[in-house]
Amino acid sequence: MEVKIEDSVLVREYISGDEKALSILINRHNQRISSFIYSKVLDRDITEDIFQDTFIKVINTLKKGSYSEEGKFLPWVMRIAHNLIIDHFRKNKRMPMFEGSDDFNIFSVIGDDKLNAEKQIIKNQIDSDLRELVDELPEDQREVLLMRIYKDMSFKEISENTGVSINTALGRMRYALINLRKIIDKHNIVLTN
Amino acid sequence: MEKIYSEQQNACRLAKVCPETVKFLLNYSRSLYITKYDYISFEGNLN
Repeated sequence: MEVKIEDSVLVREYISGDEKALSILINRHNQRISSFIYSKVLDRDITEDIFQDTFIKVINTLKKGSYSEEGKFLPWVMRIAHNLIIDHFRKNKRMPMFEGSDDFNIFSVIGDDKLNAEKQIIKNQIDSDLRELVDELPEDQREVLLMRIYKDMSFKEISENTGVSINTALGRMRYALINLRKIIDKHNIVLTN
Repeated sequence: MEKIYSEQQNACRLAKVCPETVKFLLNYSRSLYITKYDYISFEGNLN
């Protein structure tokens, strides 16, 4: 027949250094305390967190020797758990948490449109490679390409600035792109993010 | 028929924390040591 050791005895043994006693206490009251916490918070993960915090307080108090044994170990632990549940709800009231559902994800509305560090490095590398490629172009083609792509000028504005017809500007732009593709193919350069 | 059941039946469900949490607590307990000096107690963690 298995003899059930009283909680008070296990607590005494734990205080005197027997770590096994704590294991028995936790396993003995695991379901009762967890179910109590779960019945209040209705969330598995939060139950785990509060259970953990409860026993951290229990361990600290027992090891410090500030626990006074009155044969009421479980009610004492339940009181600690209860206080931590109240703390949890107080904290949530101050900082309400929004949880999305399967149909709606908050990050689809508020998102950070900045690139992550890796993509930013790749983008910088591509920009730098592209600048070197543009420098390879003949002067007249490079001039049109820079005005069109980097300065966002219309072909009419480009023709006025360079003193050539719109058709010539269009032709130079066309050849600039063809030549850029040629240089890219020739050097097997990959310009994708 | 009169509705006699609780709306939050989940609240009555039996729960148990996972073995990892129990293991963590036992390890925490083993690593924690408290030194007392002149009515002041110092906590330390040996990992």
